[in-house]
Amino acid sequence: MRSVPTLFVREWKSFFFSPTAYIVITVFLALAGYFFFGNLSFSRQATLRPTLDVFAIVLLFVTPIITMRLLAEEARSGTIETLLTAPVRDVEVVLGKFFASLAFLICMLLPTGYYVAVLAKVGSPDYGQIISGYIGLVLVGCVFLSVGLLCSAATKNQIVAAVVAFVALLILWILGALGQLAQQQGLKELLEYIGFFRHFDSFQKGLIDTRDVIYMLSVTTFCLFLTVRVVETRKWR
Amino acid sequence: MIAVDNLTKRYAGVTAVDGISFRVGAGEILGFLGPNGAGKTTTMRILTCFMPATSGAASVGGYDVFDQSLQVRRLVGYMPENVPLYTDMRVREYLDYRAKLKEVPRSKRRKAVDDALERCWITDVSTRVIGQLSKGYRQRVGLADTLVHDPKVLILDEPTIGLDPNQVRRVRELIRNLGEDHTVILSTHILPEVEMTCSRVIIIHNGRLVAEGTPGDLAAARDGGSFVRMEVRGPARQIEDTLRKVPGVAKVSCDEAAGSCRLIVTPKEGDPRTELARVVVNSGWDLLEMHQEGASLEDIFVQITTEDRGGKE
Repeated sequence: MRSVPTLFVREWKSFFFSPTAYIVITVFLALAGYFFFGNLSFSRQATLRPTLDVFAIVLLFVTPIITMRLLAEEARSGTIETLLTAPVRDVEVVLGKFFASLAFLICMLLPTGYYVAVLAKVGSPDYGQIISGYIGLVLVGCVFLSVGLLCSAATKNQIVAAVVAFVALLILWILGALGQLAQQQGLKELLEYIGFFRHFDSFQKGLIDTRDVIYMLSVTTFCLFLTVRVVETRKWR
Repeated sequence: MIAVDNLTKRYAGVTAVDGISFRVGAGEILGFLGPNGAGKTTTMRILTCFMPATSGAASVGGYDVFDQSLQVRRLVGYMPENVPLYTDMRVREYLDYRAKLKEVPRSKRRKAVDDALERCWITDVSTRVIGQLSKGYRQRVGLADTLVHDPKVLILDEPTIGLDPNQVRRVRELIRNLGEDHTVILSTHILPEVEMTCSRVIIIHNGRLVAEGTPGDLAAARDGGSFVRMEVRGPARQIEDTLRKVPGVAKVSCDEAAGSCRLIVTPKEGDPRTELARVVVNSGWDLLEMHQEGASLEDIFVQITTEDRGGKE
């Protein structure tokens, strides 16, 4: 695992070399600000809950754009060949890239901490709930990023990677939403468990439930595991 | 240093490499020769652990490329065809990153990068962004990358493509120098390159190994090993007939040009030059030029790779 930091740093720098990073951050923060302002002036409650809910949906659109380049571009430009013939394990490559994208996501979320200051100014928000909300957001971000990374590993085309990742996430989301509508108890449970929405929602309630944490982390780990496998199969093709 | 045994690689329906075996000793420079699609790149990719073989075994420095892939990769510096690089990094930054990946210890890293920059004479562009460099510079950045961890084995896939003649000459010189304490495999289809730099040559065609030996061996092994090229001023037809009767001459072909004729004389054995010269002069013609040529690697290459699967040694 010694090479992970090296790979992380390269990936991190390369995020900020392309204009995509700045556009993504700008769009995200513009949307975030708009929804924060809307929610605050509409509900007149010192809470971030509706705002963080919307963040999750914005992230659904944004994370595929963050991850699409990661492995697809290496394959397209052929740098995967120099990368994988250096003494690094495939796992290290995948982890380096994943953590770089996660750092980028956190970096994108950081300026929204300002909203907490605004809330503190106009009322007395529940900090515990806000912290658990952000933890939920970062965890759901991990799920999104790992799905995106998996899609990026499977193709040489960034656009394909982004679209497939987006569709996959949308399906995960819709499954959860369908679960809420389902009549049959067993089906309802199943759908709600598979979809990430209910798991995310409990964080927003201020509840850090190990079941939800495990859900998020296991989906992430599973996707990263699959990504490593896909990187491996690229050699066999 | 490198041992390849009965290596076979099949892609869906296509056999790219078909039962190749060879050995490369320490300090050898092996030229890997073949037309496009012969299986050169595939073999190199297997040796550098980028892809596994379908069957057969290969080892580098005693480590198996499949089972001990990390150890092999530590030993090998590999420059792929077309030299893929991160176009968004600066040259020094890139080499530093690669040195880290290749486990060059921190204390030696700066010197390793400096040395690589200098060896490939790209110190002047070390702060430039790779994407803005010309093809020749990129090629050399790729070469610097393969050298940065001072690997025992260098595997270079068409290292001189895209370089101008001066750079080509310098890269060949560099490879020759590296050959003194490294084991080098280089693939190419530029034949003079092999004759100039390699101590041994392997020719592969359609995934099979069709010839192996030093450039000299190969030349001697093929029929029509050497011939004499002459230019004589005089009546063409008469000269041709006369020379054909000279003892030791097997074949004469004549090409008539303004006032003189160019002849290619194939000897049966030995060196017929003294006799030829005497005959020409005694007949009162002017001998303008005469020299002996060995069959070049190019002739051998063309001969072998155009024969349909034949010529297997």
